[in-house]
Amino acid sequence: MERNGSLLGSSFRFLTGTVLIVWLVLPLVPLAIWSFAKGWFYPSLLPKVWSLRAWEYTFSDTSGVLDSLWLTIGISLAATALSVLVGVPAGRALGMYQFKGKSFVELLILAPMIVPGIAVVLGIHSIFISMGLTNTVQGVILVHLIPTIPYMVLVMAGIFANYDPAYELQARSLGASPLKTFWYVTLPAIMPGIIVGALFSFLVSWSQYILTLLIGGGRVVTLPLLLFNFATSGRNDITGAIGLIYILPGIVILLLTAKHLSGRSGAVGGFGQI
Amino acid sequence: MSDRLKIGLLLFPALSIIIVLFFGGLLIGLMRSFNYMPIIGLTEPDLSAYISVFTDKEFYLSFLLTFHIAFTSTVISCILAVAAALLLRRQFIGRAVINFLFQLNLTVPHLVGAIGILYLFSQSGSFARLAAQWDMISSPADFPALVFDPFAIGIILQYVWKEVPFIGVIILANMQSIGEDYESVSRSLGASRWQAFRHVLMPLIFPGMLSASVMVFAFTFGAYEIPAILGANFPAALPVLAYRKYTDVDLAARPEAMAMAIVIALLSAVMIFLYVRYSRRRIRS
Repeated sequence: MERNGSLLGSSFRFLTGTVLIVWLVLPLVPLAIWSFAKGWFYPSLLPKVWSLRAWEYTFSDTSGVLDSLWLTIGISLAATALSVLVGVPAGRALGMYQFKGKSFVELLILAPMIVPGIAVVLGIHSIFISMGLTNTVQGVILVHLIPTIPYMVLVMAGIFANYDPAYELQARSLGASPLKTFWYVTLPAIMPGIIVGALFSFLVSWSQYILTLLIGGGRVVTLPLLLFNFATSGRNDITGAIGLIYILPGIVILLLTAKHLSGRSGAVGGFGQI
Repeated sequence: MSDRLKIGLLLFPALSIIIVLFFGGLLIGLMRSFNYMPIIGLTEPDLSAYISVFTDKEFYLSFLLTFHIAFTSTVISCILAVAAALLLRRQFIGRAVINFLFQLNLTVPHLVGAIGILYLFSQSGSFARLAAQWDMISSPADFPALVFDPFAIGIILQYVWKEVPFIGVIILANMQSIGEDYESVSRSLGASRWQAFRHVLMPLIFPGMLSASVMVFAFTFGAYEIPAILGANFPAALPVLAYRKYTDVDLAARPEAMAMAIVIALLSAVMIFLYVRYSRRRIRS
């Protein structure tokens, strides 16, 4: 009886597991097929003619996809670098110290992770116009800091909460300067955290749509904007190819950081925004 | 250097950027929604933008639709995520695959998911073609409208696809750190499987589930690109409507767009309140 029950249980798990796997992969399948299809019309289940046309177009100089790819990488790298620069110190303050008003500071940093971009970007746009920052790459990088900085701070606060400052004191007492202490003691200790935080911040910036659309004013065409344009103009084959390129960094980052991507680390919270 | 000064210096760069950009953006939006902007000569604040927004039927339809999208997506995702986490707690064939796909899914941007759902569920999409192969429909128009539809089914499907792994990963980690001892005890004291789940496990995972749900609700309420790809033209989701108003050739519509942005911000402020109230701050863990 008991045996029957567990057999039933395990086949039920296997069945629901299979359904779950199919459902998780399913939306990516038509994108992949479309990228190799030539005129895949209703009601064919699979394309009649396969072709590399969409990929050739995507990688050609005239399509602008590669320009957009480099631009997106540049913007995300810049936003990530700035976030690391200001996020590491702030994470140290929140992770290592107890102070008056700490929960208020946490609230200030948490707010941009929950409030949707559209709620703040309209106001920013009307100010950026007068500062000449609209339709510029710099403006887009600045506005990407809104979602990336809180994220970096959150990850670094988690790292510094488990960090022992005693090594720094020892280095100082042995005569190392503050700069040397930071370079040879602190930095190596927090490096893994910085790398994970930076990779995830990169991904957060990489996935921004509405912030780029409004502040970039259609002049700063990052990959998601290009993808959206092709998707809404019905070029499904090119959409498929760009879509696959667009998810590639996420897959690479996942392979690099899989063990940090469990719900146990606060890092996962930021994935609500991607 | 005193600790206070040190803490202040450490926090200053990050906080000043967030305050200037984020809270500055909110404040400017708020001012413009009241038609108040001394720099460009608007010195008399008024309620005209709010009056025209709150007397417009489209706004109410749009608000209700957006609330329905966010609420339904969050509830369905939550239920499925708990089920998935219960499944992933046990050892079985395919568990590692699902774990990997959950994480993979976390890294795929919503926009890509939205396009995938479009290709699957539109009236000439994969499922319509499957139905045609099996002679269930004779033309694309016979296939039920699941995208660009008034009930936002396509949008909700996309959010469920994306958020089940998000909430699931958080709940699973919660379950694993709680362990199964409490449930075993309740079972040995005569609780049924359902009672052990409902009265022992559920209360333990509830805080984590609620904080994840709050993030999902706020995101799904304020996201632009997903309803822009999968949604109907009228009524459009609130962020889409706000964007349209803001980019309208008639500049007078801009304060109305700002008023809608403020409505979205207010709703997310409620979400933040819930998040802070119920989550044992993940920031300290």
